[in-house]
Amino acid sequence: MLNMSTNASYNDQGGAEAAVEVCTEGTSTTSGTGAEGCVCLKEMLESNKESLKLEAMKRIIGLIAKGKNASELFPAVVKNVANKNIELKKLVYVYLVRYAEEQQDLALLSISTFQRALKDPNQLIRASALRVLSSIRVPIIVPIMMLAIKESASDMSPYVRKTSAHAIQKLYSLDPEQREHLIEVIEKLLKDKSTLVAGSVVMAFEEVCPDRIDLIHKNYRKLCNLLVDVEEWGQVVIISMLTRYARTQFTSPWQEGVSFDENNEKAFYDSDSEEKRDETETKPYMMDPDHRLLLRNTKPLLQSRNTAVVMAVAQLYWHLAPTHEVSAVTKSLVRLLRSHREVQYVVLQNIATMSIQRKGMFEPYMKSFYVRSTDPTHIKTLKLEILTNLANEANISTILREFQTYVKSQDKAFAAATIQAIGRCATNISEVTDTCLNGLVLLLSNRDETVVAESVVVIKKLLQTQPTQHSEIIKHMAKLFDKITVAMARASILWLIGEYCERVPKIAPDVLRKMAKSFTSEEDIVKLQIVNLAAKLYLTNSKQTKLLTQYILNLGKYDQNYDIRDRTRFIRQLIVPNEKSGALSKYARRILLAPKPAPLLQSAFKDRDRYQLGTLSHSLNLKASGYQELSDWPAVAPDQSVRNVEVIEPVNEWVPTVGKSKPAKSAKSEDKFYSDSEGEQVDRKGSKNSSSSSNDSSSSSSSSSSSSSSEAVSEPLALTPGPEAGFMTSHPSSLQVTVQPFGPVKSHELLHHMSGKGLSARYHFPRQPFLYQPSMVQLQITLTNASDQPLEGIHLGEHSPASLTLHRFSPVERLEPQASVTVSMGIDFNDSTQAANFQLCTKEAEFSVSIQPAVGELLLPASLTQADFEKEQGKLLGMNETSATITMAEGHCSSAVLNKQVRSMANLGEVITGHNNTHRFAGRTVSSGALVLVTVEKREAADATITVNTDKSVMASMLLRDLKQALASA
Amino acid sequence: MIHSLFLVNSSGDIFLEKHWKSVVSRSVCDYFFEAQERATEPENVPPVIPTPHHYLISVLRHRIYFVAVIQSEVPPLFVIEFLHRVVDTFQDYFGVCTEAAIKDNVVVVYELLEEMLDNGFPLATESNILKELIKPPTILRTMVNTITGSTNVGEQLPTGQLSVVPWRRTGVKYTNNEAYFDVVEEIDVIIDKSGSTITAEIQGVIDACVKLTGMPDLTLSFMNPRLLDDVSFHPCVRFKRWEAERILSFIPPDGNFRLLSYHVSSQNGYPVGYRSLVAIPVYVKHNITFREGSSQGRFDLTLGPKQTMGKGVEAVLVSSQLPRGVLNANLSASQGTYTFDPVTKMLTWDVGKINPQKLPSLKGSMSLQAGASKPDENPSINIQFKIQQMAISGLKVNRLDMYGEKYKPFKGIKYMTKAGKFQVRT
Repeated sequence: MLNMSTNASYNDQGGAEAAVEVCTEGTSTTSGTGAEGCVCLKEMLESNKESLKLEAMKRIIGLIAKGKNASELFPAVVKNVANKNIELKKLVYVYLVRYAEEQQDLALLSISTFQRALKDPNQLIRASALRVLSSIRVPIIVPIMMLAIKESASDMSPYVRKTSAHAIQKLYSLDPEQREHLIEVIEKLLKDKSTLVAGSVVMAFEEVCPDRIDLIHKNYRKLCNLLVDVEEWGQVVIISMLTRYARTQFTSPWQEGVSFDENNEKAFYDSDSEEKRDETETKPYMMDPDHRLLLRNTKPLLQSRNTAVVMAVAQLYWHLAPTHEVSAVTKSLVRLLRSHREVQYVVLQNIATMSIQRKGMFEPYMKSFYVRSTDPTHIKTLKLEILTNLANEANISTILREFQTYVKSQDKAFAAATIQAIGRCATNISEVTDTCLNGLVLLLSNRDETVVAESVVVIKKLLQTQPTQHSEIIKHMAKLFDKITVAMARASILWLIGEYCERVPKIAPDVLRKMAKSFTSEEDIVKLQIVNLAAKLYLTNSKQTKLLTQYILNLGKYDQNYDIRDRTRFIRQLIVPNEKSGALSKYARRILLAPKPAPLLQSAFKDRDRYQLGTLSHSLNLKASGYQELSDWPAVAPDQSVRNVEVIEPVNEWVPTVGKSKPAKSAKSEDKFYSDSEGEQVDRKGSKNSSSSSNDSSSSSSSSSSSSSSEAVSEPLALTPGPEAGFMTSHPSSLQVTVQPFGPVKSHELLHHMSGKGLSARYHFPRQPFLYQPSMVQLQITLTNASDQPLEGIHLGEHSPASLTLHRFSPVERLEPQASVTVSMGIDFNDSTQAANFQLCTKEAEFSVSIQPAVGELLLPASLTQADFEKEQGKLLGMNETSATITMAEGHCSSAVLNKQVRSMANLGEVITGHNNTHRFAGRTVSSGALVLVTVEKREAADATITVNTDKSVMASMLLRDLKQALASA
Repeated sequence: MIHSLFLVNSSGDIFLEKHWKSVVSRSVCDYFFEAQERATEPENVPPVIPTPHHYLISVLRHRIYFVAVIQSEVPPLFVIEFLHRVVDTFQDYFGVCTEAAIKDNVVVVYELLEEMLDNGFPLATESNILKELIKPPTILRTMVNTITGSTNVGEQLPTGQLSVVPWRRTGVKYTNNEAYFDVVEEIDVIIDKSGSTITAEIQGVIDACVKLTGMPDLTLSFMNPRLLDDVSFHPCVRFKRWEAERILSFIPPDGNFRLLSYHVSSQNGYPVGYRSLVAIPVYVKHNITFREGSSQGRFDLTLGPKQTMGKGVEAVLVSSQLPRGVLNANLSASQGTYTFDPVTKMLTWDVGKINPQKLPSLKGSMSLQAGASKPDENPSINIQFKIQQMAISGLKVNRLDMYGEKYKPFKGIKYMTKAGKFQVRT
């Protein structure tokens, strides 16, 4: 039957006419994979016709795919291992790898073929031979494999080296005794600079010796730098390995004594700024430059199409980044929710864990977690979990409104989960407890039983937390009691009545009376609660209930369930005084009616954060085999010089030098500028530009010269900084501002000395009209030589877009080591914030850099009188006016501060006005001279309205945004 | 990493297995079947299942479960992403990814799986490289192979794997050089009872079909790149260039590929001045009521276009899961046809094109089970539609330039808007 179907499918594919016919007959008569079928296949394999052999192999693969045993054919198949036909050969390989373990002796016959192929001049043949050889799980050939791996690890071709990295894992699983030798190979391959190898060797490292962190030190910076260019699967592995590495090597970026807790974030910033002030006393936290390097180089990968890569970066940021940087990953994680169901499931699990600790991260995206009726149940419950975690005073009403829709869902399991979620919201946020409780009481009249039952259970828990004035609700529930049939709900109501029987003194005995009647037909948990209720009532109201209690205890005594019999006996001894029951019955009241602590309603994801995010263990909430614990931050950072690598002389052949040299006019500058985060971004762009251009150049050259191309890729990255390198400047406490008459000036990084081969450049806007061309914005660039050789012929190269006009600075002929020089240039940005890209060239190299001006820098102050201002403003109404209302940050309300903030953001001149509450600023755009008018009008409290009038509407909206940020934020 | 792969069809049979390390008995799938039985719907099977010695990670696509067997810690998304990549590859090769197609091409499937993973670690997942290694089966090639006895395994060895541009094969040649880009946007909406929008998001993709000779270097720029809130790229896109200039610069893979996917949202956390409120292209007027005590319910639904910039709304399909108590529906549609499945209680109405002059409506009564109480919840309505030649977010491609090659390619850009998860609560 089975064979028939395969035959049918291959008849139209395959090529062997006559023989196939014969075989079809042969196999169809014998059902299954009988001996005759094998005989027939064997004949085909031994025939001289290639097509017959191929046909036979195809059918054998079909058998393997179905899980049938085809091991009898081993000898016949192995003979074809050296066949010339590539497809046949490949199929034989598949077969060989599958059955070699079972037929070890025969498998050895094929080994010599592979050994020969390992010496083939074609790299792909060498690689494939190694691949198959290492996949044959026969212990006898371990030495041969070891030798082959060692040889291939120093192969010319990176592809073969990659294959050898894969082979390491295979050999390790076959014979763990080889560990030490294999570690040597891994160590060697870790030094490899090819992006092809990086992912595979780190995978081998993780499998064979994840504890040998010391092997990573020297390769750390290289891996960070190569990361973007590694194939996506390798990226995942490298990122998770580097996460572990970083946790052992760097000190915690999270402030001491400040937990992850969202509520403490305010305190966190306060303490931070305090520390800034007196940093001489307390030792401030300095992020290791290598730590920063990792964070910076992984960030672009958030844009990967591969969901696993995005998740890997997200968990890296979660575990390694300073608290305020973690939210960089939010948007990308939310994006993943559009992906397949399974991806959603895993991502939502991780978000659920994150959202417990950091509400703020996902709160703006709350609506992305709204449930759709078409979602599968497990996705729905996860979304519900997250929404509950995100609930706070501000958004609870929205969330509850949403929950109301869910409660009515046709998916009753989900509706029940929603009720529990409401209960959790009610306990966490005291403002809404009453609202929730009322809502839940309304649900008690729901027609669906599961909904009612779940509500009862949740109400019970809620009432326990604040039992004061809820006797009405208890009465209501007692009334509903007859209609409710779900055991758990009935038991809950009985417990409630018993516990608070003194608040409902009239109803409780009546309920007990009814229960006495139906005792025998109740479920066990209900019976237990009836006994409890009886006992409690007996203690508080024995006059009315004595007889009833005795009756119930008697019924319980003969119950079929031993738990109930036990409980009955216990209760009887406890509450009914007789001579035998001694001391205990005195305390019966205190035992049974002791105040009970309210249950805690908390998330199921509460303690999942003990596992590294994104791992299998986290997903399952149990430790998977092979899970590597993430270590705590070390108190003191280990020696960071272990990561230093000797600098390799840069090879410059592939970088064409463009540009002309001009006589130099240099001016020394004492100015020092400190980078901020924005400057760093510019630097990253720069470095990537150079590395991508190297990619391009090597890709356009033929790919056969792969070894040289790999060198080209890694070359610009081989430069490593000394330990005192400039990353330090990224520390916010060292941010300094030079105040000029026009307002504070910020300097930005143009080229980092790491990517500039020692040349570093920073620029700032002096905010003065450019002398040579009034339509240009003036820029001052400070060039510094951070290398130990003099740099020669620094000048501007090509620029883009081509329409851009700029005034070049005069070339700097020679810049001594550690010296710096400031030059000025002008760029006509044409009143847009589009970046100006140009090349900064030295005699040997050129670096692409780009300047994107803030909109405020494209202006020059204009002096207007108040009357002029109002007149001009009158002309720029309607479409030319944009405005927004903001709440100003504390401390920005005073006029002087406000003035300073506005003018530091935009190069505007103040218009003197009579009003105290209205501030006016005027400026003209540099390029076209269009008027830009800004009005800040203070309202009551800290509210203010910002109005921008200009006919450059794009500029207006951008300026408005910047101003809002400047005034609203601290 | 990935130990073995089992393919399970909807009736619970394992119809293909493949092992990359030593063989794992197929009895491991029993744990999966157990979970499958417990789940009420096929989608409810948990994607990650622990068993005593292994972990099972599965994806469900085209009603086939792809169950991967894992032995030790590995990021679950890594496996899930890979399995989806496998399905995409099958689809790419066979046109469809069905049990029949996989069984018919079992040898190609095996060859593919062999190349995609080495010892459980992904090796070649780029479709361009795979196609160089293993030619996709076509009718023509099958015939030629039958006659000449040649094979569908590539003779030359793949060079892509070795190059710095692993997604593009070398030596591509076309007589007609063309590059087509499709901007497809899906709009996800939840509209509440009163007709106000609860959430609205736009998810867009740019799918490309590039058939250009040699090694072209393309740049694509937008009129309004700031619209894009969050983007993810094909690996070929130079990220730094995008960061700096908001221009897509790339050496394209050969053939079909997804260049970019992006997100436009109406949610807060948006920079001021670019608050793009997502325009909802259709509106629904509904009146679905059940009366207490009567075994009849009323159903009244009208659709109309809104904010479509004059483009027609096509291929409209309305579906709704009616409450369990509904026995039958007697409705009349002003256009199109409707069906009601009394077993699954699924009402579908194939509307076709919306004519703004004469709005389509579906009216009538529903009969309920006698004696059954009135359903608590009104059904929610899911709507599908298409609008050609419009990207609802307003995204516009500015220009496409080619560098690195001399010829003039033919360029084309198409826009389309579709409903994603478009849900109306009633």
